[in-house]
Amino acid sequence: MKSFDFVQPRTVAEALAAWGPGAVWLGGGTSLIDLMKLGVAQPDVVIDLGRVAGMRSVDVQGDGAVRIGALVSNADLTRDAAFAARFPMVAEALLSGASGQLRNAATVAGNLMQHTRCAYFQDAGAACNRRDPGAGCDAQGGVGGGVAVLGASPACIAVNPSDFCVPLAALDAVVEVQGPEGGREIAMADFHLLPGDTPDRVTALAPGELIVALRLPAGADGFAGHSRYLKVRDRTSFAFATASAAAGLRMEHGRIAEARLALGAVAAKPWRVAEAEAVLIGQTPDADLFDRAATIAMAGAEPGDDLAWKIDLARKTAVRALCLAAAGTPARMPALPASVFAEPAGEKVHA
Amino acid sequence: MPLSMTLTLNGAARDVVLDDPRVTLLDLLRERLDLTGTKKGCDRGQCGACTVLVNGRRVNSCLTLAATLDGAEVTTIEGLGTAAALHPVQAAFIEHDGFQCGYCTPGQIMSAAGLISEGLDAEDPERIREGMSGNICRCGAYHGITLAVQEAARRMAADGQEDAA
Ligand SMILES: Cc1cc2nc3c(=O)[nH]c(=O)nc-3n(C[C@H](O)[C@H](O)[C@H](O)COP(=O)(O)OP(=O)(O)OC[C@H]3O[C@@H](n4cnc5c(N)ncnc54)[C@H](O)[C@@H]3O)c2cc1C
Ligand code: SF4
Ligand code: FES
Ligand code: FES
Repeated sequence: MKSFDFVQPRTVAEALAAWGPGAVWLGGGTSLIDLMKLGVAQPDVVIDLGRVAGMRSVDVQGDGAVRIGALVSNADLTRDAAFAARFPMVAEALLSGASGQLRNAATVAGNLMQHTRCAYFQDAGAACNRRDPGAGCDAQGGVGGGVAVLGASPACIAVNPSDFCVPLAALDAVVEVQGPEGGREIAMADFHLLPGDTPDRVTALAPGELIVALRLPAGADGFAGHSRYLKVRDRTSFAFATASAAAGLRMEHGRIAEARLALGAVAAKPWRVAEAEAVLIGQTPDADLFDRAATIAMAGAEPGDDLAWKIDLARKTAVRALCLAAAGTPARMPALPASVFAEPAGEKVHA
Repeated sequence: MPLSMTLTLNGAARDVVLDDPRVTLLDLLRERLDLTGTKKGCDRGQCGACTVLVNGRRVNSCLTLAATLDGAEVTTIEGLGTAAALHPVQAAFIEHDGFQCGYCTPGQIMSAAGLISEGLDAEDPERIREGMSGNICRCGAYHGITLAVQEAARRMAADGQEDAA
């Protein structure tokens, strides 16, 4: 690991003042320290956010929106029973990710900013445009199904690996940021960028900007009664998604009044298509209807040489997530969160 | 610039001077403080062999910079129980053959201790397996591990009730 200076600011203002080119923010370190060991991240200054005051609480605001401090741990957010009851797909996605140990350390902001798991990005000896613009992309024609089928470019085919970000996108979360130029808000839909010609630009954060909080808008809990996250992976637990989907329905008299659908692990950002949600409105839940929505969501997917299976898998994952959501949110978190190995239908929450 | 810090390590206050901020908690324990019970498997958060409790929560010490821990309380396998008075999780691992070579075992035991304090439902082996999925066992002792965690969780819940009574 390259050597670095280590600083521990106590306030957001001190943190912002400590930043300069070559500096990085340190949250739980579960993504960053790994990459520093691999020589993929080589910061000159590590700014530990752990002592910064005022970013560790989950607060319900006057209008019902919920504001999650940037340093709230992934585990603590799932342990907040009131939060999990209002936003079950967020809790289920978090619990389907990483391990108990990692979730204790990982922060919500770090989860949003976690780096791709592309094996060639993590291999400092491989060519990677994201790490080193213009170097090439060894993942093209490489091995594994962990690549994008939507929104990719010749420059980069990496996917965003986060589970958490998928329901955040579905629920129109907002990212609160502070920077040298002051504060601003970034909609989840605009937060992660597609690679285009600039695969090194992964998020909309400008250099020196700090995430201070995430916000779930008022009304995002309207889906609580019919809300699921489903994740297909190589093994039942402790593996990144091959395909995933967050599905939420707001039901009125047996019909879908409002619908949300976002797909994970298919693109460099959570994939959400307005038309896929629109076809569900006013309908009664039904597998064929959900298949139509999922097909619209996956429109334009590129199978490349050998990824037709992944497109099929993602579509089916979305259909099943919608079916599970229609059946109702389980009253208790499933023993295997987001798993396709579903337990017999248990008690549902009362919407 | 050396960093001076204080840790409560296995119940005792320790002053630690770090000559380099790159040192992970795992390397601090093993290489500098002679606490080699905590194991290094992958060094990347993928195996759980390095699991310790920081402020009562289980974490991967391989991905934790020691420099972040000034004032923290760290518990390692050396501080969980003693040979004469085993921690209930340690006793249950012996009783149920929760290991073979033993390399993953300190991490498994620390992870189980953390999991139980998180309020594990000990009646559901599926929840135990899911909760312990951050700890890989190359010998495949999972069956015994699951039984051991189940038993320890039950026993600790019962002891807790007795204490409260
Ligand atoms: C073995 C393993 C398995 C995993 N499995 C999964 C999985 O199945 N699903 C899943 O979703 N995730 C998984 N993860 C990833 C894990 O969720 C992330 O590593 C974690 O959420 C990152 O959070 P952190 O606080 O540790 O971030 P850090 O490692 O501290 O930081 C990550 C990045 O975010 C930046 N950053 C941190 N805080 C801020 C801030 N406030 N503002 C701006 N930038 C910031 C850092 O500079 C860095 O670039 C896994 C990780 C490991 C190691
Ligand atoms: S897919 Fe993207 S991250 Fe992976 S090697 Fe290519 S450029 Fe790098
Ligand atoms: S050594 Fe830390 S998780 Fe493997
Ligand atoms: S007992 Fe050998 S690795 Fe688990």
